[in-house]
Amino acid sequence: MNQELVATLLKYAVMFGVFINVAPIMNWVERRACAFIQDRPGPNRVGPLGLFQPLADALKFMFKEDVTPSMADKPLYLMAPALALLPAFTTFVLIPFGPDIQVNGRTVPLVVANADTGVLLFLAIASLGVYSLVMAGYASNNKFSLLGSIRASAQLISYELAMTISVLAVLIPVNSFRPADIVAYQQAHHVWNFIPQFLGFLVFLIAAFAETNRLPFDLPEAESELVAGFHTEYGAMRFALFFQAEYTNMAALAALGATLYFGGWSMDMFGIHYPHNWIGAVLGLATLIAKIAIAMAVYVWVRWTFPRFRYDQLMKLGWKVLLPLSILNLILVAALTVAGVY
Amino acid sequence: MSAVPISWYLLLSAILFGIGAIGALTRRNGIAIFLSVELMLNAANLTLVAYARQLGSHTGQVIVFFVMAVAAAEAAVGLALFIAVFRQRHTIDVNRMNLMRW
Amino acid sequence: METLIFFLFAALAVGSAIVVVTHKSPIYSTLSLVLTLLSMAVLFVLLGAPFLGAVQVLVYAGAIVVLFLFVIMLLNVQKEEAAHVDRGAQLWTAIVGVIAFLGMFWLAFWRTGLRIGGPAPQPLTQEFVALRTVAVELFGTYLLPFEMVGLLLLVAVIGATVAARRPGAPDNSVDDLPVYASGDEPRTDPLRSGPDPRRPSVAEPAYKTKEANV
Repeated sequence: MNQELVATLLKYAVMFGVFINVAPIMNWVERRACAFIQDRPGPNRVGPLGLFQPLADALKFMFKEDVTPSMADKPLYLMAPALALLPAFTTFVLIPFGPDIQVNGRTVPLVVANADTGVLLFLAIASLGVYSLVMAGYASNNKFSLLGSIRASAQLISYELAMTISVLAVLIPVNSFRPADIVAYQQAHHVWNFIPQFLGFLVFLIAAFAETNRLPFDLPEAESELVAGFHTEYGAMRFALFFQAEYTNMAALAALGATLYFGGWSMDMFGIHYPHNWIGAVLGLATLIAKIAIAMAVYVWVRWTFPRFRYDQLMKLGWKVLLPLSILNLILVAALTVAGVY
Repeated sequence: MSAVPISWYLLLSAILFGIGAIGALTRRNGIAIFLSVELMLNAANLTLVAYARQLGSHTGQVIVFFVMAVAAAEAAVGLALFIAVFRQRHTIDVNRMNLMRW
Repeated sequence: METLIFFLFAALAVGSAIVVVTHKSPIYSTLSLVLTLLSMAVLFVLLGAPFLGAVQVLVYAGAIVVLFLFVIMLLNVQKEEAAHVDRGAQLWTAIVGVIAFLGMFWLAFWRTGLRIGGPAPQPLTQEFVALRTVAVELFGTYLLPFEMVGLLLLVAVIGATVAARRPGAPDNSVDDLPVYASGDEPRTDPLRSGPDPRRPSVAEPAYKTKEANV
């Protein structure tokens, strides 16, 4: 019992260490990448290549004055940024980051919580992220924030449906909800799921952009439309919390996408099989981090390439295009699994 | 031998149901009445799952699944009706919806 | 350990249920309902139904309550004012109610020695908790109700869409709203005839100049 507790804490420390660094690194990456796309230098004063810019930003956030609007609903206003971090930092406990390793004669699966309903729990906790947006928008006592949070809540629950059904399609050949089993399936078949389930992968990709409020679906926080949307009235450290929560959400969904569609921590599609010891664990973690990094680069690339969807276009896309496509994908995968192809 | 007897779950469910019933009877805000009804449905769900555990059968859990789906359908239709009524009366206060009173 | 978790989340559920029922602001009521639903999800997991716990969070707390919040924000539902209650009658009713509840509690529990549900349940096995068993029941024995619930949800979607529509609008899509010249809109009220006096038609200018009079 105590050994299991220690193992769980160590695994959580590893995953936490990975995910807490996402926001500062992404801050730098986003600003340099957007500058590169827009043909300008980007931050390059603070340290070589502007690498200490996130540090300067963190200092600024810490010392800036926290202004609270006078008519704001104080309990909700103060709770919203903290609540934003909770789902973001809870979902990554379900992602496996390496092969089962042998420690002291016991097999330790390298996932913090090897839940039987793994993927379902991930989606459930991720769906709780809408509450911080709603609370922030409502409590700010500001028309633009309210509009932003109304749009955010409608958008999030619409795209959650398409995402859940495309995730379901991945689970049909695997016969299990555990992410570890999904990775094992992709290892056994030596093919990453995005090839046989390409339609589902497309739907998941688009829905992932919508779920994290990233362009082209970022109407809730659109800069040119709603001032800053639901986080208009938040400054300094509270804005930093929202910022961190958004990037960590992106990383968590990227990790889920990597596990479901790109083999997670494994590289068995290319014939490389990781050994079941410490070296394999480190390699697995590095592979997962690399896949998450590529996904984040795609997020940034898309953000600075496409214009924003209008709200009714966004809802039409979610309900009239993505949902039927994901159901079609589900039927196809189910038929092919029954026929024995998958 | 479970540490928590099932009767405690049933008592908790009864308490939650009672609180929900009080809310449904006492509040005037239509949304609050709706929330109390959802609370009652959840209390019933807890009873069903407790008995599923007691009897070792999964029928209770399947019924809870259906209850959740029906609650979702009811919430959707009920809120749509609220919106329609709000357009006419500009209030959610159920005491003001008295057109059919004698 | 199990007892501790049960008491903690039962207390949380009851506490947030009381806040749901008593708080004046509908937003606070709804957020307390979320807390209640989350604690009930934990209780479901404690009772050996992890699938239901996850579905509770995903469907109830993650979608239904968001719908409630959406409607509250859309309609800008205000805080409820205090109702005029007869405090004397309320006190008597409360006393009678508490006595009745305690009597029921005594009858149900103390005489049967805290064992209303029958003998103690078997310890949880891996097979009971597994998703596969619920799935086999759901898609095997209860396939017909499952399909009917799907149909019910479809009916609910159609009903909600129709009930919340703006009256008189042909369709809520922005692209095909009919374009009327002012004064030409069809009158839906059969009791009135003639042009709308509030809106001038295109033919008549709002003012008459000297040139037009000639």
